[in-house]
Amino acid sequence: MALKIVKGSIDRMFDKNLQDLVRGIRNHKEDEAKYISTCIDEIKQELKQDNIAVKANAVCKLTYLQMLGYDVSWAAFNIVEVMSSSKFTYKRIGYLAASQCFHESTDVIMLTTNQIRKDLSSPNQYDTGVALTGLSCFVTPDLARDLANDIMTLMSHTKPYIRKKAVLIMYKVFLKYPESLRPAFPRLKEKLEDPDPGVQSAAVNVICELARRNPKNYLSLAPLFFKLMTSSTNNWVLIKIIKLFGALTPLEPRLGKKLIEPLTNLIHSTSAMSLLYECVNTVIAVLISLSSGMPNHSASIQLCVQKLRILIEDSDQNLKYLGLLAMSKILKTHPKSVQSHKDLILQCLDDKDESIRLRALDLLYGMVSKKNLMEIVKKLMLHVDKAEGTTYRDELLTKIIDICSQSNYQYITNFEWYISILVELTRLEGTRHGHLIASQMLDVAIRVKAIRVFAVAQMATLLDNAHMLTGNTQRNGICEVLYAAAWICGEFSEHLENPMETLEAMLRPKVATLPGHIQAVYVQNAAKLFATVLKSQEGNTDSTTAQEASQLMIDRLPLFVQSANLEVQERASCILQLVKYIQKLQQKDVEVSEEVCALFAGELNPVAPKAQKKVPIPDGLDLDAWINEPPSESESEDEQPKAIFSKEEPKHSRPRHTEVDEKELARRREARKQEQANNPFYIKASPSSQKVYQETPGVEHIPVVQIDLSVPLKVPGLPMSDQYVKLEEERRQKERAEKKKKDKKKRKEKRSGRGKKHDSGPESEEDITPAHMVDIVTEEMPENALPSDDDERDPADPHKALDIDLDKPLADSEKLPVRSHRAAEVLKSPAEDEEGENVSSLEPKKKSSKEKREKKKDKDKDRKKSKEEKKKKKHKHEEKEEADLLCGQADEPAFQSEETNEVVTPPTSTSADVSDLDFWLSNAPVPSNTQEAATVAAAEAAPAPGAISVTTPDSEPEEPKDTEMEETKSSKHKKKKQKREKEDKEKKKKKKHHHHHHHHGDKGGEESVQNGTVEEEEPLPPMSNYCLLAENSYIKVAYDIQGNLQDGSQVVVSVIFENKCDSFLKSMEFNVLDSLNSKLQRPEGSGPHDSLTIPFQLPPGVSNEARFVFTVQSIIMPQKLKGTLTFIVKNEESSTHEKLDFKLHFTCTSYLITTPCYSDAFAKLLESGDLKSSSIRLEGVNMPFHHLLARICFHHHFSVVERIDSCASMYSRSIQGHHVCLLVKISSQTVSVDAKCDEPTLLGNVLDEIKQTFSQC
Amino acid sequence: MIKAILIFNNHGKPRLSKFYEHFNEDIEQQIIRETFHLVSKRDENVCNFLEGGMLIGGSDYKLIYRHYATLYFVFCVDSSESELGILDLIQVNSQVFVETLDKCFENVCELDLIFHVDKVHHILAEMVMGGMVLETNMNEIITQVDLQNKMEKSEAGIAGAPARAVSAVKNMNLPEMPRNINIGDISIKVPNLPSFK
Repeated sequence: MALKIVKGSIDRMFDKNLQDLVRGIRNHKEDEAKYISTCIDEIKQELKQDNIAVKANAVCKLTYLQMLGYDVSWAAFNIVEVMSSSKFTYKRIGYLAASQCFHESTDVIMLTTNQIRKDLSSPNQYDTGVALTGLSCFVTPDLARDLANDIMTLMSHTKPYIRKKAVLIMYKVFLKYPESLRPAFPRLKEKLEDPDPGVQSAAVNVICELARRNPKNYLSLAPLFFKLMTSSTNNWVLIKIIKLFGALTPLEPRLGKKLIEPLTNLIHSTSAMSLLYECVNTVIAVLISLSSGMPNHSASIQLCVQKLRILIEDSDQNLKYLGLLAMSKILKTHPKSVQSHKDLILQCLDDKDESIRLRALDLLYGMVSKKNLMEIVKKLMLHVDKAEGTTYRDELLTKIIDICSQSNYQYITNFEWYISILVELTRLEGTRHGHLIASQMLDVAIRVKAIRVFAVAQMATLLDNAHMLTGNTQRNGICEVLYAAAWICGEFSEHLENPMETLEAMLRPKVATLPGHIQAVYVQNAAKLFATVLKSQEGNTDSTTAQEASQLMIDRLPLFVQSANLEVQERASCILQLVKYIQKLQQKDVEVSEEVCALFAGELNPVAPKAQKKVPIPDGLDLDAWINEPPSESESEDEQPKAIFSKEEPKHSRPRHTEVDEKELARRREARKQEQANNPFYIKASPSSQKVYQETPGVEHIPVVQIDLSVPLKVPGLPMSDQYVKLEEERRQKERAEKKKKDKKKRKEKRSGRGKKHDSGPESEEDITPAHMVDIVTEEMPENALPSDDDERDPADPHKALDIDLDKPLADSEKLPVRSHRAAEVLKSPAEDEEGENVSSLEPKKKSSKEKREKKKDKDKDRKKSKEEKKKKKHKHEEKEEADLLCGQADEPAFQSEETNEVVTPPTSTSADVSDLDFWLSNAPVPSNTQEAATVAAAEAAPAPGAISVTTPDSEPEEPKDTEMEETKSSKHKKKKQKREKEDKEKKKKKKHHHHHHHHGDKGGEESVQNGTVEEEEPLPPMSNYCLLAENSYIKVAYDIQGNLQDGSQVVVSVIFENKCDSFLKSMEFNVLDSLNSKLQRPEGSGPHDSLTIPFQLPPGVSNEARFVFTVQSIIMPQKLKGTLTFIVKNEESSTHEKLDFKLHFTCTSYLITTPCYSDAFAKLLESGDLKSSSIRLEGVNMPFHHLLARICFHHHFSVVERIDSCASMYSRSIQGHHVCLLVKISSQTVSVDAKCDEPTLLGNVLDEIKQTFSQC
Repeated sequence: MIKAILIFNNHGKPRLSKFYEHFNEDIEQQIIRETFHLVSKRDENVCNFLEGGMLIGGSDYKLIYRHYATLYFVFCVDSSESELGILDLIQVNSQVFVETLDKCFENVCELDLIFHVDKVHHILAEMVMGGMVLETNMNEIITQVDLQNKMEKSEAGIAGAPARAVSAVKNMNLPEMPRNINIGDISIKVPNLPSFK
């Protein structure tokens, strides 16, 4: 046998292995493709052999070829074969190949399910690891569904190596199979506190990834993450958590407040740049989420900006880049703090690194204001001139335009300046963005009426100098500008100084070399100009000008009639005929101008870009319906459109006498320049202006006469925009002076000593008024436009499906599919079928918890109504039902009523979560006992919104928003209350009614309500589970104990420390004297009596929470543990060591965990007969029944299984799996609680505790 | 999330490509080409981030790369990853490559990556899984990779011996055996290294 293997491998050694393949490819550089194809043939042969080693080798080679771009999907089945090899070596090769080339549509993937499952449960951790790694790349919805449960088991594997991989892959599983998220989440959450840092990091990674897409569902994890943040030392984990907080803060401003301090501490302390950077980023996010008016955060902003400045000034280009990136985030909310670093950012524009320059440009975009726009753009224009490489220059150009045009030209005070900037930009050679400039020109000219005169003059100049734009490189994109120029000159031709000359410029032969669509505009607008010329000559006895114009048109238009471009041709011939006709009329001395002008009458208004989309579809119009019968398919075939012209006409050769033209022009220009130089009052647009690049001698000699500032000053040869900067400055000064005068006057009149604010100091934004009344014409929208403007999330986004409420406790039905025989599935709860649907319908829930609560209420109300209706019809069998509940004779179909099917989650636990978060978030003082908490919260939060919100002490008086919401709620609430009262009355009547008809009930006692608290008649007073542990003059400590669902021997004690004094409390240490039964879990390596250091310090007035884990052996008896808290009180002068003793009371209740239970399961449990019973009676309880239930639920961790009027069954489970069942009945102030439990001692103690709870109130 | 990890040389030849999202082979090659085009025209002393290409990602994605000797290591990541963190990871990444491969071969250079792309994949799998960072601790990664390699060796046992011998002989014929390399510091300097086209 061994010999055979050796022989096989000797054969094999002459096979090509991966190295040989690579070497071969490198040796066949000339005919690589051919060589590879022969290799692929070999591989195909190898794959046909039985020897798995040969196959694996072949697959290994295929993986390499796949990287080179060869499709290897044909070998998918062989890959599966290699994956299923028992040898790790081959398995690994197989999984690698699969991870590289399998995807959702690979059909053999479904064959792999069992193999993967086998590998996942392999005793060899690396088999499992390899399978997990592979699966992470090619997991499909089917695989995810089938394997979710196996992977979830692996999350608790003994080896951290497997745990971390299993945790990480869960994210992929969630994406493909969203239903798995809720069942798996508790365990995932648990992994956040895994002892292995790798597993912890993986869990953080997954939750961060989930939370990034649907942050609000993860808000309740904030305290846990906060704890991790303050305790973890792993930078990678810290970064992730801090990033996560960045996503959470926008949803919860209070979280931001809590974060600021630890984050600033980290910023100060950390040496890792990556961490520092992320901290700064999150602080920025926090600051954005807080209302910007908060004055006390200016320090944080300053800190951030200052740190970022350090980053930007760093020589490391990466830090510089990131600094700029973060800066742009601050900019959005705190532009002022960034603007002071303008120098630095402008400096970055000179950086040799393009990424950095682009970032700096982005920043500039947000930094502009009315005040500095001109200055910044001037700087950018300088950079445009200097810039090398067209891409960056193009980027600059677009940025300039973006900056200027942002938010509807908000920052432009002088549009003449802007137009001249645009004109200057046309001189850029080789830019691709001609159309951008053109559209800006058009937009401004159309929308800013006041600028038209100026714009038209400029455009006329442009048209006159068109040859410079088209220049040598013909189609360089910039000629697009001429499109705008021609249109503006034509449309607003009434503003032209000299329409005749512009007309001439537009009809020059060279125009024929422009792209067709531009020529078309030329022709059309030439006609408009012509009309204007005619109009201006109207009434003029001498009709020569008009006739000249006609002649010009008739002379030049034939050139366009010959154009190869249809549009040009059509327009030209049309207009030519028109002009010929007009000429005839002119010769007869007929007034035609009126008629010609009428051709172009009317204003063209801008249309909003979304206007088309917003036109509502008229009633009765079905756009999808056929207007005519759909054509039969055969028709369309033969009717191909034939070319109308057999060949395109050859293009016009360029006119040859361009040179002559140039010379001629140059001569003329010279002459004109002379003329202008001699005429100091020359302020009109010159008909044919100067070459712009040319340096004019003695610009300074030209006296700039300021007659009227709104009249454009044309200084020949100088980039004009600069001129405006100067002018603008002067104008503003003047204005300021005037304003000052006015102010003074005002002050004199009023005598109000209100300050020097306006006097000195830089002018504020509002002070700057536009140079001339700029009315920006708003864009037109269709009448009755639809207001909707929502940007829906991409429906294909897989993360949408993961928007699942995670705070709700798991329903029984929400289990991951376990591989089992089909028959097993029949055994599920009767409610399950519908529940499955319910769960899926719950998924897309997108409401915040508050809204949800509201909604639930509404739903409940609806249900109640329907119930009441039913009550009228059906009478129920009260007595019997009652008996059923405990005796468990669930033989009646009553339990399978529709109501049971509805997933009614025990609201207590939800609200407990919510209130936990609220509690954690609010730094409000810890109430000394529940009673106090109730009163405080009740006083502050007025009528609590519904019974469900058991404790919502979100009562921060400094938050107006919250209180506002509270108010609106309470007003709503009042209405509801009134309603409710009515309903109550009705109900009472009905109840009486029921009693009369006792035993007539038919079988369907439909009113089996699952949860007593759902039916809310009156708001429940707020409650808190935290009770006072100890208190002295420095500190107040409250605690709450919760069982650990996953570990039957652990309870978590959450302790809130509140600093009551004015000093700093630090070095707090917590210690308890362990008993035999209960022990405080201490970190490894510390002795059994060592105290635990609390990982935070308490500034005055601040409270914070720490959690301690205790291991408990027996849970049937309550226990008290003695302990001490030591701490140092530090104030300015001194620091003293203080001690506080306490007794930690572990009640039996604290070992119970709220667990939902369904009535059928509950009935079975009671039926089983394993349970011992016991009962108590409580006298003199005068609270509504639902309050009573809510109290039991809240304080003793029960959930309501069913409730029928004044009788309810409840269930809870201990951490060690004891079932505790209660039947609670109330009749006139006497409450009887019958209970069953498999552990009588535990039951007795729990009942005692319940008794105690009610004796307190 | 990491969308892709690419390693290619100064000429744009792919040495490793790992996509955590499916693209077909043609698109993959285009992405590699595009990425190479974007990365290769950048100077040595500019920042290591650049906004993603057209084919891969979009506005949320960034390319984070490092250039070592003849190789570019490029990670395409979205905004949930920390830029500097990923840079560190590349550093660890290449160090682990060097260190692990170093145990199998005397010295490491681009050639080793070329001939042992499968090994590189296995190392990478210990670092990044399904687009998420699995482990950042270099020692942990090396331990796991070593253990797996040991397992592979033990499995090969007697059957693997002849093949190993042959492959050793083949390697001896290699004209361009890797030359000395500075391992501790990542700026690998390989003198006289022929260009790998």
